[in-house]
Amino acid sequence: MEMEHTNFVYDLIGTNTIAYILLALLPMLFLLPYALVAILGELKISAWIQERLGPMRTGWKGVLQPLAEVVKLLQKEDITPSAVNKPLFNLAPFVMFAGAYAAYAVIPFSSVFIPSGINIGLFYVFAVSAFGVIAIVMGGWASNNKYSLLGAMRAASQMISYEIPIAVTILAIATLAGSLDMQTIIVKQGGGFWNWNLFGGPGGIAKLWVIPFTIILFVVYFVGSLAEINRVPFDIPEGESEIVAGYHTEYSGMKFAMFFFAEYSNMFIVSAIITVLFLGGWQSPFGDFLNGPIWQSLWFVSKAMIFVFMQIWIRWTLPRLRVDQLMHVTWKVMLPISFVAFFAVALWAMLSV
Amino acid sequence: MVTEFGIVLLFFIVGILFVGVSLFASALIRPHKPNPEKLSTYESGEEPIGSPWVQFNARFYIIALAFLIFEVELVFLFPWAVVFRDLGWYSFAAMAIFVVILLLGLAYDWAKGYLEWDKPKPIIPVLKELIMTREDLKNQQKD
Repeated sequence: MEMEHTNFVYDLIGTNTIAYILLALLPMLFLLPYALVAILGELKISAWIQERLGPMRTGWKGVLQPLAEVVKLLQKEDITPSAVNKPLFNLAPFVMFAGAYAAYAVIPFSSVFIPSGINIGLFYVFAVSAFGVIAIVMGGWASNNKYSLLGAMRAASQMISYEIPIAVTILAIATLAGSLDMQTIIVKQGGGFWNWNLFGGPGGIAKLWVIPFTIILFVVYFVGSLAEINRVPFDIPEGESEIVAGYHTEYSGMKFAMFFFAEYSNMFIVSAIITVLFLGGWQSPFGDFLNGPIWQSLWFVSKAMIFVFMQIWIRWTLPRLRVDQLMHVTWKVMLPISFVAFFAVALWAMLSV
Repeated sequence: MVTEFGIVLLFFIVGILFVGVSLFASALIRPHKPNPEKLSTYESGEEPIGSPWVQFNARFYIIALAFLIFEVELVFLFPWAVVFRDLGWYSFAAMAIFVVILLLGLAYDWAKGYLEWDKPKPIIPVLKELIMTREDLKNQQKD
């Protein structure tokens, strides 16, 4: 059942200390340029949606704007208000970013590259996503500020509520694939886009009845992931018009930048997971056509970036939800629907043995 | 030899180091000129009133309880999801009964109204009150 993981780093320089350190640093080499591209994307896409030009002065058509912002944030004064609980206030950015970065340990960029081939990858991602909640409550409580505490409480209640439909969705895919291992789930979706879990996974004509349920699960996961990373329309934890900036009101300079960076890295993580779960991960949509290791990483990143784009697109299109609407959607709509779809998928998995 | 979970630990270490290094780099070049105004708690420019650690709606607590129950259930379901094909219909039925019992709990919460949040009750203006008739105007002028 479980497959052997091939890892190109081990093949190139052998199984030694340098290889381990390289493995832990490679996702960072992806993450830093990605964050710059995503920030520029956020600025430019919002501008186009609102019929503006966006930043135009820094570099050609403003492409250097994110770099300028990084330099600006680096030299900003770091204000720690005198009323805060200093140890927790300083610890929160560390927990936030370490938790966000730890999830990259099981992101399979290609069939020959997954940093850590643990066989419970999906469960692990689900577990480390809880670090975000801890860091937000930590920072919000330690700030000793009403806005921060309100934002932190809202964030915690929202993130734990949406975690349940998301977990049920992950569970449904685990029953379909019979594994919690990222690479195994992707390998099972090979052979063209009609074998993706979005279309019920591999199977004959009999799988037609399960396709509506997997599409429902896909939608539930996408909506839930927006709430999980506090993006619009679920951004009441940091609703500017109500509670200033929510849990990071008192943070400034580089500590604020770390929260900001963690948010962008979380955007990619949820997009990567939705790609693995439903869109065949690094598999080419056309079977074996263009399915080499380098093409695979290209497919993977482009599929994930489509979802990052959709998150930005939704942010600048939809208004913010109210807190009672938010709780209504997760507990009374998404949770029952996801359980029904989960049972349908489990039944299909049972019948198609 | 580092195990696969050892690499996971390395990721945590790299994450912490990255934050540490960037905070240190920023500490080298940023200004540091605190004054009492800067260090006061932000409350929209006003003096902060009272303690920020205020009382919260009890619903947050109920949501946390409901979450905890479902979370424990999911921990049971994850190992089951991987092996249930080999265990056959018996395990499928057993897990279905387990989940249905939990969903009954959710239905109870729902029926009791614990999942309801305070909804804003907007005062909808009635058109009649807004329109001033000629007689109203006359009465107003008399006053």
